[in-house]
Amino acid sequence: MDRRKSLKSILLGSVAGGLVMHGCKPEGDSVAEESLAKVEENHFGRTPEEKEQIAKLNAEQFFNPHELETITVLSSLILPANDKFGSAADAGVPDFIEFMVKDIPEMQTPLRGGLMWLDHKSNTEFGTEFKKATEDQQKQILDTIAYPDITVPESERPLEIRFFTLMRNLTLSGYYTSKMGIEDLGYKGNSPNVWDGVPEDVLKQHGKAYDPEWLAKCVDQSKRSDIAEWDADGNLLT
Amino acid sequence: MQIKESSTIYDVIIVGSGAGGGMATKILADSGLKVAVVEAGPYFDPADPVQKTQLKWPYESPRRGASTVRPFGDFDSAYGGWEIEGEPYTRKNGTKFDWFRSRMLGGRTNHWGRISLRFSERDFKHKDVDGLGENWPIGYEDVKPYYDKVDKLIGLFGTKENLKNEPDGFFLPPPKPRLHELFYIDGARKSDIPVIPSRMSMLTKRINNERGVCFYCGQCGRACGVYADFSAGTCLIFPAQKNGGQIDLFVNAMVREVLTNDEGKATGVSYISKEDRKEYQLKGKIVVLAASACSSARILLNSKSKQHPNGLGNSSNKVGKYLHDSTGSGLSAFIPGLMDRKTYNEDGVGGMHVYTPWWLDNKKLDFPRGYHIEVWGGLGMPSYGFGFNANDFNQFFGLKVGGYGNGLRDDVRKYYGSVVGMAGRGESVAMEDNYCEIDPSVVDEFGIPVLRFNYNWSDYERKQAKHMVDTFEEITHNMGGEIIGAKPTKEQDYGLLAPGRIIHEVGTTRMGNDPKTSVVNSFQQLHDVDNVFIVDAGPFVSQADKNPTWTILALSWRTSDYIIEQLKKQNI
Repeated sequence: MDRRKSLKSILLGSVAGGLVMHGCKPEGDSVAEESLAKVEENHFGRTPEEKEQIAKLNAEQFFNPHELETITVLSSLILPANDKFGSAADAGVPDFIEFMVKDIPEMQTPLRGGLMWLDHKSNTEFGTEFKKATEDQQKQILDTIAYPDITVPESERPLEIRFFTLMRNLTLSGYYTSKMGIEDLGYKGNSPNVWDGVPEDVLKQHGKAYDPEWLAKCVDQSKRSDIAEWDADGNLLT
Repeated sequence: MQIKESSTIYDVIIVGSGAGGGMATKILADSGLKVAVVEAGPYFDPADPVQKTQLKWPYESPRRGASTVRPFGDFDSAYGGWEIEGEPYTRKNGTKFDWFRSRMLGGRTNHWGRISLRFSERDFKHKDVDGLGENWPIGYEDVKPYYDKVDKLIGLFGTKENLKNEPDGFFLPPPKPRLHELFYIDGARKSDIPVIPSRMSMLTKRINNERGVCFYCGQCGRACGVYADFSAGTCLIFPAQKNGGQIDLFVNAMVREVLTNDEGKATGVSYISKEDRKEYQLKGKIVVLAASACSSARILLNSKSKQHPNGLGNSSNKVGKYLHDSTGSGLSAFIPGLMDRKTYNEDGVGGMHVYTPWWLDNKKLDFPRGYHIEVWGGLGMPSYGFGFNANDFNQFFGLKVGGYGNGLRDDVRKYYGSVVGMAGRGESVAMEDNYCEIDPSVVDEFGIPVLRFNYNWSDYERKQAKHMVDTFEEITHNMGGEIIGAKPTKEQDYGLLAPGRIIHEVGTTRMGNDPKTSVVNSFQQLHDVDNVFIVDAGPFVSQADKNPTWTILALSWRTSDYIIEQLKKQNI
């Protein structure tokens, strides 16, 4: 199977898993597919060497199918679908994590070992692998590892808690950097506009106001296209 | 190996295409001289869709913009970093120096912060104030006409403030502050710390019909596709080419050394082409080095000949000495007053709309030089790392940290945009013992001996860093906030970053009237060889609590004018 097809099947497989478990809206797979296609086509300003490096990472496969399925289940427990948006898996998080562990190999062992710990725990407690346990059983395990004692330095916390923190970090980062997650967050930028200050209602909400003296020095956006001219003392004339 | 010689004899060969090289290219080519520009990296134009990263979304990168490959993340425009494969450098005596290089047309101007500050009279004569370091052989009045010209040619926003140490210029009007900046203004002023509009080289207003006007995407670090921010390629080299300048651009060309004749005068440069890995020679009447402070020092030190056994321009033995970078320390703060924000597009210009220039008198303090404060925060575009430790701030409310499920969405929304960061960027004192030299034991992939660094911070810088973090803590409390993480301690040098991390390295070929204690004269001409000039930050005698770029540009213009004049007089 060629690399792109195999990637897609893994990705779509993950999405399908998310659909079955959480019955979310089907918009997730189109989002994930679109972002994948974009990356393939324009490489967002990559140099030839960088392109090659990405292709090389994409050609490798780190997680086996069982691990990816477990990541899919786990990331969807961390961030399930709600009535407006899909789950982390719907947003392509398992595929993102697969890429990241190849990009930052230091994460490979903690994640692979953590997944193994999860299955061991589930087998011991419930006689079944984590991904096949009931949602209730899965949550019983998560409740023991999802709340770190933040008075203890991160590097000294129990391995299963560190594993879960890493998974949650990657899940949320993968989700909120996806098209779906950005919409969910409500980030409104990355598009040409004319900045003209904080909206009045926002200033009011946060108890702030512009200093009129300061404001008087700021750009008059109605004149932004007039070519600047100054007098000899540096006073703007236009 | 056969070295390939070009038959063309250039009036000027310029090594490097960043701020200094770009300005020299513009001025010298505009005057009709035939110019070769030799750049170690590839051609780069931020308007080229193949190279463009502006307005890309995080999901267009499979690593979502993580900094695995490019040190400031996938979307930053710098090709290079502190470590470049095949181009090592070394350090000695257990000291630290991290050396950032951008290998591309325009160099580091493609991604820099665009903070464009003039040095003041004090900055040129700081030894007169505290007895430390050395005075420049020139003063503000020598550079002022060039600062004025740079302002008008390139454009920057700012405001006239009549502050003695922050000379005013020809400013475009600044953008209005963002919400977190209003919090900073109030917090700083509560402690009598002044805040003024930033001075940065983005066009908030049109300055000519060639360049676009800022459309507020906040992505100047990605380099602007409509040329609304300053990069040396887009604002100097391309216009010089369009103006009909005789400019031959040699890209992917790594300069090895300056060539000299029996009289010891420069005759050109030799370079290694990255494309075929062969060595070439270019001939020129004048060589202008603008490869960056450390790269130019390296080229000089590697240019050994019978006439210049200690390296070119190094009869003083000062090449590489007095290397100094800006100091840097910082804190970030969680501000409850910035929670639960409505979202709107507040990308603004890249970086800060407001800043604090140095405001105190060092005579009343236990360290000699000042720093300015840069501010960051806001409703930024998510990239890799966003969402990490998403609800750690729960700790400030006695709530549980961690968890899973849809509650995390609420936490992320609740805390989005509630962080304000403060970074101090200060002046260090130039020391002869902080230097780069040639490491005779190590070679790069082009066969060129590499640099070895020796650099120690002194208590001047450590005490300054302590003042920074104490100040940031005070401002944090004034903003009603909490410091994120632990405040850096004495054992951690108060968070003082390793030299080289602020990427303002200067001083390696310092300027002076005495050929025994300096490398170039006040026109940045080698004392030893009259047809070699240096127009990067190497000639800086001291760094100031400012960013170096605007001064590099002004001095490069001044030197270029001097070259034209000297050629007319047939002095060189």
